[in-house]
Amino acid sequence: MSITRRHLIRSGMLGAAGLLLAPRAGAGRAWAAAPAPQARAKSIIQVWLWGGPSHLDTFDPKPATGYDYCGPLDKPIPTNVDGIVIGELLPLLAKQADKYSLIRSMTHGINAHETAAYSVQTGRTPGGRLVYPGMGAVVSLLKGYSAGYIGLIPPYVVLTELQGRFSESGFLGPRYAPFATAGDPQQNPFVVQGVITPGISDQRQRDRRALLHQLDTLGTALKGQATLEAFAQGEDQAYELILGESGKVFDLSQEKDEVRERYGRNTFGQSCLAARRLVERGVPYITINFKGWDTHKQHFQAMRQRLPQLDKGLAGLLQDLSDRGLLDSTIVWCCGEFGRTPKVLWEPPWNGGRGHWGPVFSALVAGGGFKGGHVVGASDGKGEEVKDRPVYPADLIGSMYELLGLDPDTKLPNPEGLDVRLTPSGDERQGQGERLAEIM
Amino acid sequence: MRAFFIALVVLLATGPGTAGQQPARSPFEAATAPAARTRLDELVFARLKRLGLQPARPSSDAVFVRRVFLDVIGTLPTADEARAFIVDPSPTKRSALVDRLLEREEFADYWAMKWGDVLRVKSEFPINLWPNAVQAYHHWIRTSLRNNVPFDRFARELLTASGSNFRVPQVNFYRTVQSREPTSIAANVALVFMGTRAEAWPADRQAAMSAFFSQIGYKATGEWKEEIVFFDADKAASPAPTVPGSRVATLPDLTIVRLSPADDPREAFAAWLVSPKNAWFARAAVNRVWFWLMGRGIVHEADDIRPDNPPANPDLLAYLEREFQASRFDLKQVYRLILNSSTYQLSSIPARSSAEAEANFAHALVRPLDAEVLVDAVCQITGTTEQYSSAIPEPFTYIPPDQRSIALADGSIRSAFLETFGRPPRDTGLLSERNSRPSAFQRLYLLNSSDIQRKLQQGPKIQALIQARGDIRDVVTGLYLAILSRFPTEDELKTAASYAQSVGGNRRQAGQDLAWALVNSAEFRFRH
Repeated sequence: MSITRRHLIRSGMLGAAGLLLAPRAGAGRAWAAAPAPQARAKSIIQVWLWGGPSHLDTFDPKPATGYDYCGPLDKPIPTNVDGIVIGELLPLLAKQADKYSLIRSMTHGINAHETAAYSVQTGRTPGGRLVYPGMGAVVSLLKGYSAGYIGLIPPYVVLTELQGRFSESGFLGPRYAPFATAGDPQQNPFVVQGVITPGISDQRQRDRRALLHQLDTLGTALKGQATLEAFAQGEDQAYELILGESGKVFDLSQEKDEVRERYGRNTFGQSCLAARRLVERGVPYITINFKGWDTHKQHFQAMRQRLPQLDKGLAGLLQDLSDRGLLDSTIVWCCGEFGRTPKVLWEPPWNGGRGHWGPVFSALVAGGGFKGGHVVGASDGKGEEVKDRPVYPADLIGSMYELLGLDPDTKLPNPEGLDVRLTPSGDERQGQGERLAEIM
Repeated sequence: MRAFFIALVVLLATGPGTAGQQPARSPFEAATAPAARTRLDELVFARLKRLGLQPARPSSDAVFVRRVFLDVIGTLPTADEARAFIVDPSPTKRSALVDRLLEREEFADYWAMKWGDVLRVKSEFPINLWPNAVQAYHHWIRTSLRNNVPFDRFARELLTASGSNFRVPQVNFYRTVQSREPTSIAANVALVFMGTRAEAWPADRQAAMSAFFSQIGYKATGEWKEEIVFFDADKAASPAPTVPGSRVATLPDLTIVRLSPADDPREAFAAWLVSPKNAWFARAAVNRVWFWLMGRGIVHEADDIRPDNPPANPDLLAYLEREFQASRFDLKQVYRLILNSSTYQLSSIPARSSAEAEANFAHALVRPLDAEVLVDAVCQITGTTEQYSSAIPEPFTYIPPDQRSIALADGSIRSAFLETFGRPPRDTGLLSERNSRPSAFQRLYLLNSSDIQRKLQQGPKIQALIQARGDIRDVVTGLYLAILSRFPTEDELKTAASYAQSVGGNRRQAGQDLAWALVNSAEFRFRH
């Protein structure tokens, strides 16, 4: 086991004072000095805890801070990795800490949902001239159809709804926007928008398609017109999904009950299962938008309801990916746009809520070349600030790009024709641009 | 003289407005040959002749009525409107329809939507106007367009206003710039009113224009999300004055203006911008309108005007500029010039297809309906409504159930349909943000989504059409008029009737499948 910065901190070899100094040797090398990227990951599953989960109640517990900070959740549990302790409502994930690493020093300092979500998903600071694409859209560009990806399932799938706070594809435009499934994978069938329509038999699908062709008067008059040709091709592809094999990826009834059970019989759990099936088909980027973490009020009630779902779904996913030999080539990352106020807001009108907290929060990363069983960075004693090793969104995203084998200097096309690189540098970057060398 | 008179009579007798004509080749074209009717046409046709290009035939009445409704008011004609127009024998019915449409309330809705894209009217990221400023701003834009406020006044008010974002809606112009650096503001002004990308200018010219926007102040008030935009004389002018007490600034055409420290430099810029001596303003505006109506700018891309991107037809562009200036920046006058031309009214079926023919407007362009227009059309046909959502956690924005998509004020209000069909995110104000590439997922949505299925199966209007009295031919005719805005051909009637027979005379299923097929046809999806 390598020596992480956390160990160094513990043993007093590094002091907090040195943390904000310019690039250091060792744990975090300057980005330009990173080794030539070697593709280790083929797919990424992003578990997005939409609204911002509390870091104290999940991956960065602070039991010593007492009731004011912990509320009733003050008994964190050990994991199967010595020294790593996580929230008490995550017992299944506690058994799998060897598979993932925790970053306890994520930071961007933003406390508003839409700008924080933008920051965490694009690795860029809001403002400036451009609206950057989220990671999924970038992967769709660089690992999608123009990079040899084949298949009718689009390279960037969102289960099940878009967030609706910013445009995922940014300046890359709608061509790289995600396909949002809609529907609910917990229901039978999982009514993926456009792919599954209950009540229309396959025979009727074929009959009315024939009618559509017979009545294509404009198409006949404009034979060979490029736009209409593309329109016709779109139809062929659509029917491959409707009637062909491709659409079956969303048919979760093909899975054994026991497997479905292991992920949890709820929308999030079954979304995790659908994500695994998409990874098996080679889809490079899948986002699961898990709602309900913006807990200004009734925070602890929400945690008792949400965290067991997260625990079962995510633990089921990691175990299943691992059992199928897919974890080595699949990155799973899980966080929200920020953490939550470490000190519980007991006063009215919150009555036991937590607010937005951008100064420090946690992220879980697993697979695809990330080592498991490590903790990167640390927050201070109350989980209010970064104590060690600040990790900015760009550091995390850049590390994932590296594991996908993408060159950080890849130019991204944009309408203004500006020189935009995959990984931000100079003024456009928060922090020093350090890859997560400790866990790669 | 006599020969001319005869030619004119022949033209009138066979013109596209003549009723009762039999379509020559398809329901889409008139039987006549194309002919120049206006000065605009002469300029287009002269260019075509020089290039050896043949114009398409005139469009049929059915194509015209659908096209002009969609282009001018972003709304599909109802079956009654389509039928009434097609059977109207008046030779002047096309220009009469244009006049009527320009006065419809939907005209204001639709063009406020188009300008909302350019001006980036949006509550949330990255614009952050917030809902009540969005409502105020949208209302002002819509009212200006509805009242046909001269476009120079429209621009001048946006550029020079000061005050609260809630009470002086025009000031929101400066609040839609993501970065409030003078360079970014100048680039936004250049894009919106000069149709050009200042990012590509030499740095000194960018800096010179930025100087006019370097003294804009912003301050908060006690009211939540209220912000005052004002001329801040205390803010250091940039670049700094060389002679104390005086300021010299350079306009984009390199004219030099002298300003006293008390002068708001935005005034000087706006005065220059709308002056008839400055070609940028009128050119950008008419080229935009031409792009919106014709599907391609005379300068293409329509918001990328620069010396090394010449117009396809310089005489045509110059003519429109002059007319716009002579009309005192009357936008509706530009619409009339274009819509009443033979050029606009040509069929989309090319005499001979080529990139050159397309770039020189030898035929109408086929382009997908805007996402908003498409969803409104589907709702209109079926008698259903669409659900919208806003992620913004505050109660200012009430969305009534019969909300039309083209009338949505706020780019932050979304629906799955609008996302799928390429509605622009209003991030940049670039025209290219509106996606016009049809995707497989758009097809999937229309072909097979439960949303569309539900509308077709349960929509009261579509059910009424399917259950209408009369035989299957009447039902088919009703569906064609409602969905494709035309009568079915004899062949189509036969095909539909035999389909109805094949499903055992189950009129409900036959009607639904027919409606489904028409909604999924290229003819419905595209403006043509």
